[in-house]
Amino acid sequence: MSFYGVYSQNKDLDLKKAFSFISPASIQESLEKNNLDTKQFLGLLSPQAENNLESMAQKAQAITRNYFGNTIQLYAPMYLSNYCDNSCLYCGFNLNNDIQRRQLTLEEVEKEAQFISSSGLKHILILTGESRLKSPVSYIQDCVNVLKKYFTSISIEVYPLAENEYARLVVGGVDGLTIYQEVYDEQLYAKIHICGPKKDYKFRLDAPERGAKARMRSVSIGALLGLGNWRREAFFLGLHAKYLLDKFPDVEIGISVPRIRPQNHQPQVGDFKPICQVSDRNVIQIILAFRIFLPRLGIAISTRENPEFRENLLSLGITRMSAGSATNVGGHTLYKEEKEQSSQFEIQDQRTVGQIKAVLEGKGYQPVFKDWLYL
Amino acid sequence: MEDFLEIAGEKLSNRLFIGTGKFSSYPIMKQALEEAKAQVATVALRRVDESSKTENIMDYIPQKCKVMINTSGARDAQEALRIGRLAKAAGAGNWIKIEVIRDNKYLLPDSIETFKAVEVLAKEGFVVFPYMSPDLSIGRRMVDAGASAIMPLGSPIGSNRGVKTRELIEIMVNEIKLPIIVDAGLGKPSEACECMELGCAAVLVNTAIAVSEDPVKMAKAFSQAVYAGRLAYLSGIPAMGKTARASSPLTGFLREDKPQGDGLASDSQSHNKPQ
Ligand code: SF4
Repeated sequence: MSFYGVYSQNKDLDLKKAFSFISPASIQESLEKNNLDTKQFLGLLSPQAENNLESMAQKAQAITRNYFGNTIQLYAPMYLSNYCDNSCLYCGFNLNNDIQRRQLTLEEVEKEAQFISSSGLKHILILTGESRLKSPVSYIQDCVNVLKKYFTSISIEVYPLAENEYARLVVGGVDGLTIYQEVYDEQLYAKIHICGPKKDYKFRLDAPERGAKARMRSVSIGALLGLGNWRREAFFLGLHAKYLLDKFPDVEIGISVPRIRPQNHQPQVGDFKPICQVSDRNVIQIILAFRIFLPRLGIAISTRENPEFRENLLSLGITRMSAGSATNVGGHTLYKEEKEQSSQFEIQDQRTVGQIKAVLEGKGYQPVFKDWLYL
Repeated sequence: MEDFLEIAGEKLSNRLFIGTGKFSSYPIMKQALEEAKAQVATVALRRVDESSKTENIMDYIPQKCKVMINTSGARDAQEALRIGRLAKAAGAGNWIKIEVIRDNKYLLPDSIETFKAVEVLAKEGFVVFPYMSPDLSIGRRMVDAGASAIMPLGSPIGSNRGVKTRELIEIMVNEIKLPIIVDAGLGKPSEACECMELGCAAVLVNTAIAVSEDPVKMAKAFSQAVYAGRLAYLSGIPAMGKTARASSPLTGFLREDKPQGDGLASDSQSHNKPQ
């Protein structure tokens, strides 16, 4: 059974009813245990658990310290292409948006790689818009061949691939896969993803599993907060992470919960208003619930969040963060001035790698620039 | 007489090995290693960045401290072999802790894959330290495969739960002729001391030192506890009896009534003999 089976079994879950069984005592019990079941995880996502945020935070912090120490892994994202065959309402690369479309040449990839690696970072995440035509697997592999000279760990965040394609990239030097379902609610998924291959909910849902089967060393999944009911979305993300951990115990599973920011910023192309509001408190509750439910899970915090919030989250369960981010193609060196108009989303944390390093050190964390090696 | 742990021709007087993975900074890690007078530090090759001019962890390992590279991150024997060979080629020496983990949920070692890596690397001239679950049969196989010491876990990595595997470790100490070095799970100096009292040759600690509020002081505390435990072991710890035993037998006057050749253990035999 793939994860779609697990989703199907749980999709009719009546949250209201489930939460009516959660009592202060049951939450307390969860906080005293080491191994939580999925019902207890759901309890930690409940409105009731909002009264226990502080004790959840204490527990989450202790767990994070023990398993990850005082370290935060850093990586940089690099956009290779913004051509996209899809129309996702929330995204700046939506094919209906009128933006400057580009795809980096291999020389340009090298230039960006030189710049990013000069900061000392050894982990890179490469991203493309989802166009199989414009950026086929062979193009991704060509880029990886360039990047291998500069980085010891290369992760991809591209359109979902078939297992043999993932396997080919693994052999070619890719060790990490990031793919977000965006929204687990299948009906909502259909409404927000207007057209293009991304409409295939199931093919996307099972992509992390295909990556794990293809021997990716790490697989990160995520839900984009602001689309569906966040408690439900976080619950399904948790089920998905647990499913992958159980089935592929030797793969490092990670999650991220990027949030569509409320409208307190400069309007961008294709600006999209969140369907469901998710407050800072809610994001914190999600991260704490995940840390307590799956103690060794990697948790990344997005640059969509502002610097202050990112820093406050550090001690609560975050294990990695991006630094020196740009979400437009060639945004590190080539087309810096285009950041505003052609980014996939707006970055709230514009700090350089050096600045983030200094902040982490000031807070008693060792910024880890290299945490894997090319074998 | 001085008490050394001798491994591959190296004489170690400090039996606290320190892991370097979780410190808040390299300078603090360095201070902790110095304060503990550590003679062995494990370093994950995946964290070593030789190309970095300011951030290379190797620059923060004190001169007198031997580096034991570890293969952490390896998921099978093949990956562990590659890491070992890369480490050697990079000049990191030939002491290697084989850590192969195929279980990210509990971080428990895969002793079979570890064994396969030990077999090959020992033949290639590495001084090999397998990290494993305390299993006597597999431990014996590790010995035959050429390991230089055995590193059983006290409890899962980072759990700070102490010597949960005590019974099994005791068996390994009694049965395996190589040094037994307890690795993982020790949360307090007293637990490190406990391992040494059991007759372990050394302990390896990372989390409990690195994430404490004062890692430098904690390193010293562990170092002293390990020394105390070793000293106690060497002094011969009386075996624990179910009932109290007076220091001079209360029925000692009944000498004539004592049956001859009863096979009862004498006091000295019931002591835990130092190796
Ligand atoms: S989210 Fe991805 S698939 Fe959707 S429009 Fe943006 S780049 Fe294209």
